[in-house]
Order: sequence, then C-alpha cells, then structure tokens
Amino acid sequence: MTFDARLRINDRVATIELKGELDAKTAPQFHETITSAAQAGSVELVIRAEHLTYLSSAGLRSLVFARQHMGDGTRIAVVGAADSVARTIRLAGFDYSIDLVDA
Amino acid sequence: MTTPEARDRVDSFPTRRIGAHRVRAGRVFPYGAVPVPGGINFSVYSDRATSMSLVLFDKGSPEPFAELAFPPEFRIGSVHAMTVFGLDAENLEYGFRADGPFDPAAGDRFDRRRVLSDPYARRLSGREVWGAEPDWDDIYQYRAQVADEDFDWGEDMPLGIPGEDLVIYETHVRGFTRHPSSGVDAPGTYAGLREKIPYLRELGVNCVELLPVFEFDELDNPRTNPVTGDRLHNYWGYNTVSFFAPKAGYAATGRFGMQADEFKSLVKEFHKAGIEVMLDVVFNHTAEGNEQGPTISFRGLDNATYYMLTPHGEYYNFSGTGNTVNCNHPVVRDFVLSCLRYWVSEYHIDGFRFDLAAILDRAQDGTPLPNPPLLEQLAYDPVLRHTKLIAEAWDAAGLYQVGHFPNYGRWSEWNGKYRDVVRRFVKGEPGLVGELATRMAGSPDLYQGRTATASVNFVTAHDGFTLADLVSYNDKHNEANGENNGDGGNDNHSWNCGEEGPSASAHVRDLRLRQMKNMMTLLLTSQGVPMLLAGDEVGRTQLGNNNTYCQDNELSWFDWGLVDANAELLGFVRALTAFRHAHPVLRGAEHPHGTDRVGSGLPEVSWHGVHAWQPDWSAHSRILGMLRCGRHAKGGTVADDHVYVGVNAHWEAHDLELPQLPGGQSWHLFADTSAAAAHPLGAEPPLHHPGRYHLGPHSVVVLVGRDHDSTTHQPS
Repeated sequence: MTFDARLRINDRVATIELKGELDAKTAPQFHETITSAAQAGSVELVIRAEHLTYLSSAGLRSLVFARQHMGDGTRIAVVGAADSVARTIRLAGFDYSIDLVDA
Repeated sequence: MTTPEARDRVDSFPTRRIGAHRVRAGRVFPYGAVPVPGGINFSVYSDRATSMSLVLFDKGSPEPFAELAFPPEFRIGSVHAMTVFGLDAENLEYGFRADGPFDPAAGDRFDRRRVLSDPYARRLSGREVWGAEPDWDDIYQYRAQVADEDFDWGEDMPLGIPGEDLVIYETHVRGFTRHPSSGVDAPGTYAGLREKIPYLRELGVNCVELLPVFEFDELDNPRTNPVTGDRLHNYWGYNTVSFFAPKAGYAATGRFGMQADEFKSLVKEFHKAGIEVMLDVVFNHTAEGNEQGPTISFRGLDNATYYMLTPHGEYYNFSGTGNTVNCNHPVVRDFVLSCLRYWVSEYHIDGFRFDLAAILDRAQDGTPLPNPPLLEQLAYDPVLRHTKLIAEAWDAAGLYQVGHFPNYGRWSEWNGKYRDVVRRFVKGEPGLVGELATRMAGSPDLYQGRTATASVNFVTAHDGFTLADLVSYNDKHNEANGENNGDGGNDNHSWNCGEEGPSASAHVRDLRLRQMKNMMTLLLTSQGVPMLLAGDEVGRTQLGNNNTYCQDNELSWFDWGLVDANAELLGFVRALTAFRHAHPVLRGAEHPHGTDRVGSGLPEVSWHGVHAWQPDWSAHSRILGMLRCGRHAKGGTVADDHVYVGVNAHWEAHDLELPQLPGGQSWHLFADTSAAAAHPLGAEPPLHHPGRYHLGPHSVVVLVGRDHDSTTHQPS
C-alpha cells in the first residue's frame, strides 16, 4: 500500500491519518505533515494508525519527532495501532513520549 | 522552504564516484559509521593494512551489494575515512575488508577473505534473537549497522548517589525475568527487567550492576550438557564481540533493531526510580580468543595493535581465555576511553565494574606498571569524572591487587578478602575475629589513605556459589557444565550445615536460613559498599553449581516462586537494606579512627566480646560485638542512633554483656537472626534486660541505642 499521511484540523485538534508503511523512506513526508499541524497551533495531535501496515525503527522515531516538534503541552495519541505495532512501541519505551489508545 | 538549519553545506556533496556510489573523503573522527548530511561517514583505523575497503550489504542479504576501496587519498595517517552518499541507513549492514601480510611471527594476521566487523559499531545484527540458530555459512556473522542516536532522555541525568550510600544488586538481564514465573510481558529482556523495577525499589537497592550487555555470541560455546545433551551457552556474556553495541538478543525489539532504545528506556526508568545502572565490562580479552579462534574484527584489522603479543607474535594469555587486549597501547587506550565515554554520554550509565581489571595495568609486554596510563586516564577523564569505577583487582595470571590497585583516588575494588573472611567466620572457623572487625570497618588495612568506598563488600557474586548454596554444599557440583566437575573455584569456604544438598531436616533448614541471614546482616552493617547477588534475598539455588556461565536454564534464572516460598528471608533482607539507609552511622565515607572526636562519650567504633569493652581477639574466639556511635555518623555531621552488631559464630549460645550507653539511652532490638522477623524501623522494642543479650548459636543480633521510648512494647 502506498504511504499516505493526511492531515485534518478541527477546532485545534489535528488528526493525521496514516496509511501504508512508515519507514525511513516515508518518514520525511510524515514529518512535513507534523510540521503543518504544529504551525496551525494545534493543542492535540491524533494519529490514526488503523491502516498503518508497517512501522520501522525510523517510523517509530517519527513519533518522537512529533512529540518534540509539537511541544510538551500538546497531547499526542496514536489510535488504533495493530497489536504488534503497539507492543513494539511499548517494549522499546516509546510509549513514554505518546499515548497509545485503542480505536 | 529552506530554513537556515537545512541550508546545504559544501561537505554535503560528493566529490567522486566509486562504481555507482557517490563519495567524498571522510572525517577521521569519530571512528565508526555516523550519519552526516546526505550520507554516512565511515572511519576505521589500521596501521599495517596495505589496503582497506568498505563492504556494504542490504540487511540480511548473504552477498554484499557493493565493495568500495578507500582511495589512498582518503587515508590520513593510519585512518581510512570516507563519506558515502545516498545509503539507506536503516537497512544497511557494513563491514571492512583489510588486506596486508599474514605473518604471525611479526604480529600480522591479515586475511582478505574475511569481512570484518567495525570495532566501533553502535549496533550489530546477526544474533538479534537469543539462541536462534544463525546461518553458519554466512560470510559475515556479526554485521555492523548504523545506529540512531536520538533518544529522548527528557530530564534524565545521573543520580550521583554518593558511593558510601550505595547498595549494589548484581544481576543478569536475561536471567532476571526469563523464568516462566516472572510474569512479565517479554521475559528475558531489557523491557522485562523494566517491569521488575518496583520489586527492586521495595528491596531497597539503589544500584543495579548488569552482567555484560555489550554484544556477545551466546552460541559460541561448543559444549553440551553431558546428562541431558542440551546445548550449553555462553550465558554470562564475558566474551565481547562488539564493545559499543548493546546486546540485541536482550531486547524484545532486537529483531527490529531497537535494542538501543529499549535499553535506554530501561536506564531512564531505573533513574526515575532512584536506581543507578552500572555495567560489568570486559576489556581484558575479546571473543576472538587465541590463534584458533574466529577472526571477527580486531585481529583482521590490526592484530599487533589490539592484542598483547610475545616477541614471537604469540598471544599472551593473562585472561585465561587465549588472548589479552593490549590495553596500554595508546590506540587501545583511546578505544577503551571512547567506549566508556560513549556509554556514559549516550546511555547515561552511572558506573562500571571492570572484569579482571589487573590486566588494565599491564604494559604491552605484560609487566605490571606502577603508573598505568589507561587507569590514570580513566580516573581523570572529564566525561567519566563522576562515574563510578570498580575494579576486579586481579587477573587470571596471578596478578592480585586487592588493596593496592592503582586507584588515583577514584577506583574502588571488589574486596575478595571481605568475601572470604565473612564466609569463613560465619562457618565457624577460628582465628578470624580480628580480621572480621577490620573488614566490617571498611578494611582500613587494605585501603589506607582511601575512603571506605574503595571497598565493595560482597559475600557472593555471579561467579561462585549463591548464598543458599554456600550454606547447602561443601563441594561444587558442576557436572552439568560438561567438564567433569573440573571447572569453577575450589576455595568456596562453604558449609552445608550437616547435609549435602536439599535437606528434609527442619533443624538443617533452620540453620541454613540463619546462616544466610547472618551473612546478609554482616554485609549490610559493614562499612564500605555492599553488593548483593540477585536472588540471594530469596534463597536462589544453583543446586551446588558454582560456575553457571554456560547454564541458560532454571539453574541460573531467578525463580519468582521463591518470593513467596522464601518470604521470610526476603522480608529480612528488605528490613536490612531499609535499616542501612536509615542509619548513616553505617555508611561513613571515612574509615573510623576508633577515637571520640565529637565528645559523645563513645569512640566512633568500639569492639566488644562476651564482656563489654573486652573484645576477644584470641584464636579460639568466635564472638565479636561492634558498636557504632551514632553521634559520629558521617563525621559527626548528621544525627543517628547507636548501632550494635553482635556476632556469635559458635555452635553454643552466649550471654553478651552490652556496652552501657550515655545519657539514659537504652538498647532496642532491631533483629536477631534466630528470631523470625526484623522489627520495623523505629518500632524496635527495648530489651527486657538492658545490660545483656542472650545470643543463640550461629546468630547475629542488631541493636539500636536511643532514648528510651515508653510507647514501644516489651518483647514477649
């Protein structure tokens, strides 16, 4: 599946819907989307991950990039990640940077 | 949009092509593979290679996709450096091929058939899943990879716990949670260990010392268990393959290449819990072994630099493993220093324990140096300035430096003499009262002119009997190691309490429990830095095996069922660690002088026997009383109670006359190892008979001297 990161902003809540594989090749596109969300002054970032089929180590780091880029005051939630993806996030300790939420 | 940060730099453009790859002359420092704008910079040292090339693989691919020879002008001095552009760092595996003479007599063992691992690799693939069978035909077994070094440490910083306040807990990443009873999400991993932090907090330790976590090959042990036929492992990991790479097989996420993040998360959580992290590091030898061993990295890059060689080019063997790292060669010193700086700065490690550290002060020809440059450099290094440095102050070739390891006011030592005298005294051997007193006072005889933190006190460690086995076996039982019980130490100073191995006798089991409590009590009331072996607090057994380096099974793993089964011992040890933390008088950095320097009416430490103020130093004596005056705590700067520790290693009970306390203070009972439990801190009841204590056979009593508190009840 081709990677896609689509941004919607609604009442200062930014939602990014991810599709396909988030890895070293596609992470820059995700970073640009995050930058747009930050520039819009969002107070909450929701990353919909139901259609994320693969998350590499570089992909995981983009979640930390989001944390750092959005600032400590912004809540970041990854919603609906598949069990294997969510478990990897937890075991590697990335769940300290973001909230993992079931869909 | 171009931001100032993203503006193109001149050095982010290639200057030439090698095959299909765009490259430019690289930066010589740092060594290893480091991402730079647009590419990856590779730098490797070899003084004697006639040529060097960079070998590039797609992740997991058996054959390289490119081999790029370093052009002569990319070499500065003996360093080959090249930036390669357009590589996918995440899926890249790389190595080096060095050509040069194969002339062992001259120290050279170049072999251009080999792809060599980068000594500075920050990440390694090849053994990502513990115990998984690799492809043994792979031409490149331990593959260097580029690491992401962008961990979000947040507010984390070194805890800086004063050395004298530490209680160290020595454990094994895998063994701590691998047992099915551990109940963690990912058994045997960094993440699993992270789940057990609450247990360690409750136990009261404030420093964990991890057996080696630098990448090693658990499959490099060719032996099998002669009874079961099971494969034996290199379980402990004292056979480093790669010094900058954390062991991927200890990470639940190792197969995704995230071992560094998982380990850093562990360190961060330990720090949040107030627990420092110390690493057991092995710089005395490498996994390449002797001339029969595999050529992995150092041997093929520059054998004569990295290893100590005889004048005929053979390997010196001061480590007992076939080769010895040439630690005081200037290039190797730089390697060791860089490695430790890296672990402190990139992984926030708080301290190191150096395996067979006496080797670190040998000259290139093996002669012990009076002023070894490596040790001095580590002691004064600006990055390591507040890092704890602990030496195992001996080596396998007979250099024994306990008490006189070159320390520069910085190095501590595993005090093997403390271990031996506590074991022998508690066992009941005569003639040791004087030495026990000296050891309990922080071994001032050994560490004159140094602080008491120079002495890391321990009774057991990974190498040798566990505490439970120390009181259950007279002899080692190492048959499962496949060496006809010939391996492992024979000087265990153990006593089985009357029966070898498990016992159905309540009397024997009671005595063993008491003996374990006795040794724990001495350890946690002695001056110096106490170190506990993981599992001893719950009576973990290795069934008499005193050398479980190869046993990746229940023999080594922490059985969490023991937490309930041996709750009494665990409760006792928890109480003891809490007692130590509550009583600074036990934790002075300065050795006691034996005088009254604060006008309290009592010397800072005094010694007693059956009669107060009359210690019996004679050969037949097995009784010692130690009184620490609370007014002297931390040099008289903090208030504390008095603490009296009475030890009876005799097989008969004795009435101890207690020293009288000044100013209406009286003795209160904290713990008696022949009783069931220690009293809670501050709720210790006053003694029935204030002037004496009836101490049972093979027992230790701990008393607290403070103002009489009428609200506490009398013991029944």
